Amino acid sequence: MLEETGIPEAGKIEEKLPSRERLEQGPVAVFECFTEIPCDPCYYSCPLEAIAEFQDINDLPELDFEKCTGCGQCITNCPGLAIFVLDYNYSEEEGVVRIPYEYSPLPEEGEIVLALDRGGEVAGEARVERVQYAEKQDRTAVIWLAVPKEQVLIVRNFKRMED
Amino acid sequence: MEKCELAIVGGGPAGLAAALKARELGLKEIYLLERDNFLGGQLVKQTHQFFGSHKQFAGIRGIDIAEIFKDKLEDQPEIQALKGAVAQGYYEDDVLGYSYRGKFFKLKPEKTILATGASEKMLSFPNNDLPGIYGAGAVQTLMNQYGIIPGEKILMIGAGNIGLIVAYQLLQAGIEVEAVIEATGIIGGYAVHASKIRRAGIPILTYHTIKEARGDEEVESAVIQKLNENWQPVPGTEQEMEIDTICLAVGLTPKVDLAIQAGCQMAYVAELGGDVPVRDENLQTSNSRVYIAGDSAGIEEATAAILEGELAAASAAGEIFPGNSAIAQERREIKEKLADLRRGPVGEHIRRGLARVRRNQNAGRDRYTRSWKN
Amino acid sequence: MRIKDHPILDFKRGEKITFSYNGKSISAYPGETIASALHAAGIRKLTSSQKHQRPRGFFCAIGNCSSCLMVVDGEPNVKTCVVEVEEGMVVEEQQGKGDLSGKV
Repeated sequence: MLEETGIPEAGKIEEKLPSRERLEQGPVAVFECFTEIPCDPCYYSCPLEAIAEFQDINDLPELDFEKCTGCGQCITNCPGLAIFVLDYNYSEEEGVVRIPYEYSPLPEEGEIVLALDRGGEVAGEARVERVQYAEKQDRTAVIWLAVPKEQVLIVRNFKRMED
Repeated sequence: MEKCELAIVGGGPAGLAAALKARELGLKEIYLLERDNFLGGQLVKQTHQFFGSHKQFAGIRGIDIAEIFKDKLEDQPEIQALKGAVAQGYYEDDVLGYSYRGKFFKLKPEKTILATGASEKMLSFPNNDLPGIYGAGAVQTLMNQYGIIPGEKILMIGAGNIGLIVAYQLLQAGIEVEAVIEATGIIGGYAVHASKIRRAGIPILTYHTIKEARGDEEVESAVIQKLNENWQPVPGTEQEMEIDTICLAVGLTPKVDLAIQAGCQMAYVAELGGDVPVRDENLQTSNSRVYIAGDSAGIEEATAAILEGELAAASAAGEIFPGNSAIAQERREIKEKLADLRRGPVGEHIRRGLARVRRNQNAGRDRYTRSWKN
Repeated sequence: MRIKDHPILDFKRGEKITFSYNGKSISAYPGETIASALHAAGIRKLTSSQKHQRPRGFFCAIGNCSSCLMVVDGEPNVKTCVVEVEEGMVVEEQQGKGDLSGKV
């Protein structure tokens, strides 16, 4: 259970995912935010108003998957680093998971890394497709990890090979 | 002896916010006493982005919030912010004594806001006094303020927000965290903090405690043990971990020495971290010249401390300028923001604690109040 | 040891200074506290308990716990976790409650 291990259980994750159809249509954000805490920056970060307005600052964010284009603005605006963008059909074989990342040094684009699941277990290898690190991201990088499609819903972190 | 309208003790988030709000509301003689040589209190080691409201500081890192406050303070020459000024005592004639640059000074403020923060709790276990056993705040001080590695391999005790956040910060500094252990069956901190370190491969072991630390001159290992649901150790589950540092994140307790000296009526409220001054909803204590704000009023977090500092300042200003409707309005707005922050499930224990301190259920247990203040 | 590479923080260390600890020369950077500079040099035992002579380091690092008291330039009971290190400072381990004779 999430409260006992820090790893959200499958049922909880399921509730946060878009439909299979939407997932296959193109990039989309998922909010792995399960606890009602006083926090609302994600709402203000979305240029498409895809996040429902908060009635109470403790509300959980509700994302309209149809409005979301997977632009990823919200990723680095989440203080909990709980937002990921999934691009299931990045290529024929691969999907991309965009991950908020606050470790140093950053990986290189093209680097092969070990993909980790929500429990930190190695799920396989991944390729760093892109490293976003703009000033406005305030030192939270966004790493695009290319992974086999079936791992798009599993991979949420990575570690570098030499570590 | 210097007189002033307002003295604030403590230059952390509550004290800084109080000074700026007091100035904004028209006070001109404001002293801010900070015992450290820097302002910002614990903000200066909070490298993570804050939660809370977008309209306040949510999404900004604590270290940067400290800078924002310092910049604002520089534009306010009426605020005498003294760094390295240690409040030494609050006397019965409402004189505040402090030492500064090797000398002792006396100050007679019309109003005083105590924003003195908290200290970290210890945990009892054999050899808990060995070098290398630190409070989580101490580890943050070493690595985030001074850039010094506190140890190579860490055992974190306590899975509340501080334990989880500091574990994450240790990873960011390139330090190995062997595990986070937690005596209760539930991770007390926010799930997002727990998930961040979990996906980095750090185990969080609920129902685990530390049985003992081992080592001669310094800590060399720790023996951890499982607890059952009645919090009793399960024999045969001892496990020795080779670590060189144990980090205790087992809670904080308000620093209330000056409040006690000021004759403030005290109450023991477990939900707020221990003995705290009884106060009204405007943070005024039983000594009407004294207000309490931030962690010294009850352990919460920095966003609440900032709002409490502002509320205490608005309350003090309201008494210095009686009948000022703008100040009254300001006070109402700050109280609404505080209520919003505390409304959700994670604010439940704070709401319970505040209800208790306001009803003053524990007045009978007041161990401090001196007769001269009756 | 000092942190060299950090994703969030940029440690701007100035020119190295030196101070002495129990007669040994230790290097530090301006702005560091005595205790943190000792820590960076691998020294975590700062004092001994008065009764049982058990090794002690700091616990809180912010001036609350008094577990880091040392003799600094002849003055006992200095909270080394909050006092900044200075060039040429003489830091010594304190025995017992410290000797104030000649200081007051």
